[in-house]
Amino acid sequence: MIKVYTSTVIDAPADSVWAQVRDFNGLPKWTPFVAESRIEGGLASDRIGCVRNFRLKDGGVIREQLLTLSDYEYQCSYAILESPMGVENYVATLKFTPVTDGNRTFAEWSAEFDCAPEKEKELAQNIGQGVFQAAFDALKTLLRK
Amino acid sequence: MIRVTRSTIIDTPVARVWEVLRDFNSHWAWHPAVGESNIENDEPADQVGCVRNFFLKDGNHIREQLLALSDRDYVSTYCILDATLPMRHYVATVQLKPVTDGERTFWHWQSTFDVPRGREKEFEELVGKGVYEGGFEGLRAFLRRGGIATAPSPATVSGAMPAQAVVATAFGGPEVLRYETVSAAAPLQGEVRIRQTAVGVNYIDVYVRKGLYRMIEPPAAIGMEAAGVVVDAGPGVAHLLPGDRVAYACPPPGAYATVRTLPADQVVVLPEDVSDEAAAAVMLKGMTAEYLLHRTFRVRPGHAVLVHAAAGGVGLLLCQWAKALGAKVIGTVSSDEKARLARDNGCEFPIVTRDYRFAQEVKSLTNGRGADVIYDGLGRDAANENLEALAMTGHWACYGQASGPFDKLPDLSAKSGTLSRPVLFHYTAERATLQEIAGNVFRALRERTIRVELRHRFPLSAAAEAHRELEARRTTGSIVLLP
Repeated sequence: MIKVYTSTVIDAPADSVWAQVRDFNGLPKWTPFVAESRIEGGLASDRIGCVRNFRLKDGGVIREQLLTLSDYEYQCSYAILESPMGVENYVATLKFTPVTDGNRTFAEWSAEFDCAPEKEKELAQNIGQGVFQAAFDALKTLLRK
Repeated sequence: MIRVTRSTIIDTPVARVWEVLRDFNSHWAWHPAVGESNIENDEPADQVGCVRNFFLKDGNHIREQLLALSDRDYVSTYCILDATLPMRHYVATVQLKPVTDGERTFWHWQSTFDVPRGREKEFEELVGKGVYEGGFEGLRAFLRRGGIATAPSPATVSGAMPAQAVVATAFGGPEVLRYETVSAAAPLQGEVRIRQTAVGVNYIDVYVRKGLYRMIEPPAAIGMEAAGVVVDAGPGVAHLLPGDRVAYACPPPGAYATVRTLPADQVVVLPEDVSDEAAAAVMLKGMTAEYLLHRTFRVRPGHAVLVHAAAGGVGLLLCQWAKALGAKVIGTVSSDEKARLARDNGCEFPIVTRDYRFAQEVKSLTNGRGADVIYDGLGRDAANENLEALAMTGHWACYGQASGPFDKLPDLSAKSGTLSRPVLFHYTAERATLQEIAGNVFRALRERTIRVELRHRFPLSAAAEAHRELEARRTTGSIVLLP
């Protein structure tokens, strides 16, 4: 079991951050690497159990299922159903916490998964930095505008 | 229930911040509100269940217990056990998380608790700003200084608390009393430190102030009796815990103080139904009445009991209690007004006299027999009359000598009388007997056998004024000073 944990501080109130990211179908709006996304079966994107089916700009297709969504705790978690990444039992959690000192937001993104031993380091780096940190950086830029 | 949440980002790696915060006893070193801190019973600061004592710089005292500690999640959870602040059910959690893009730390501090209705905002501010935000800034400054939190706490070395006390600056009149800033030392082996809420005034305090009883060497605080709340107890004290409501009546003098440290063996825990003021008013006089009526002499139904100064502090209690025991209560007083007061308190036959003439009256009230027991606080000037008023084989308990000590031993053979010169503190010297006597006083209060006649309250700072009133015989019943 591999664990990846990425966190940062976003210079915007948690309400604003959450408003930007709570849409499970909204990855194209704020991440730099998703070309298009849809929710399977026409479900609402905040329906627990719904599946987002999105295509990366490099062509790969990923299916992820929403497991939890909390507007109270600014938190959601999801599992990968299908992806070209070679991961198993992948569950990720995205969480935001207000920083009362300065009206900022502490953002955390963590994931646990299994994979072939020789791919562990590369995948941890890709997910932690290439996906989570890159998405956070894009979010910060977006919210600064 | 109030919830207070504060969080911040510290520009220091999480391991370093946690190194400080995981130490449950570190706050004296970095938190601006905490003056001193120590862990009870010398337990390690990462012992789950350990209790820390905070002495805040504003004078408040808080005991907190460590409920959970996780080095894996950087979490510390604790609750308040006792506080001099009206906070109840306080549970707080400190949690740290690493900020992975940059060597920083997210610090989340949250608590829930109850306060008296209407004071929610005040305490949200106090905890959120004063404690949590103040702590954020304090820790930042501490880390900038490169501080180390594992040095021994100064509380284990000194730990004195500031206090105010009424000090006799010399032997003399009420004018020698001064209200001064002093310190109450941390309790040593067998000692307890009490934050006092009510202090009893007794005539013995006047004798001590004048130097008639050489119990102090000025300058020194006076006072024998007080009630309050235990701040902390030294090693070897098994019967008291911080937060206990307690009272005492014992030497050495020093009770006229806001905070006091004294030997714990003379301190008893108060029952819930006895208020601090009532305890401060009744401990010394009530225990005196208890031993005089039950131990020095055992009063039985039908006994003729003569009580001098029957409208005084001890006198009123003796009258009430002797009456309840079925005695025929005769008393001497100095005015008609005091005679009425004595009569209202069980003294069936008050005798008004200002020149110690009462023996004939006592005899005529007892068919010529005299008093089976005399409770005498007068001493020398009433000696002849007392001997005259005493019944054959009667007992004369001389528990005070307001007019001075006897010139010579009275001729007791005239009555086959017995004479005692009892002192409360000898009866209460054994802790078991003290508990028994104090328990009887509390029960007598509860059953209204005795009543506290609390007619005079003064601020502690006005102790000299209280003494003037007492010495001018302008008071009846009990006097308390309020710190």
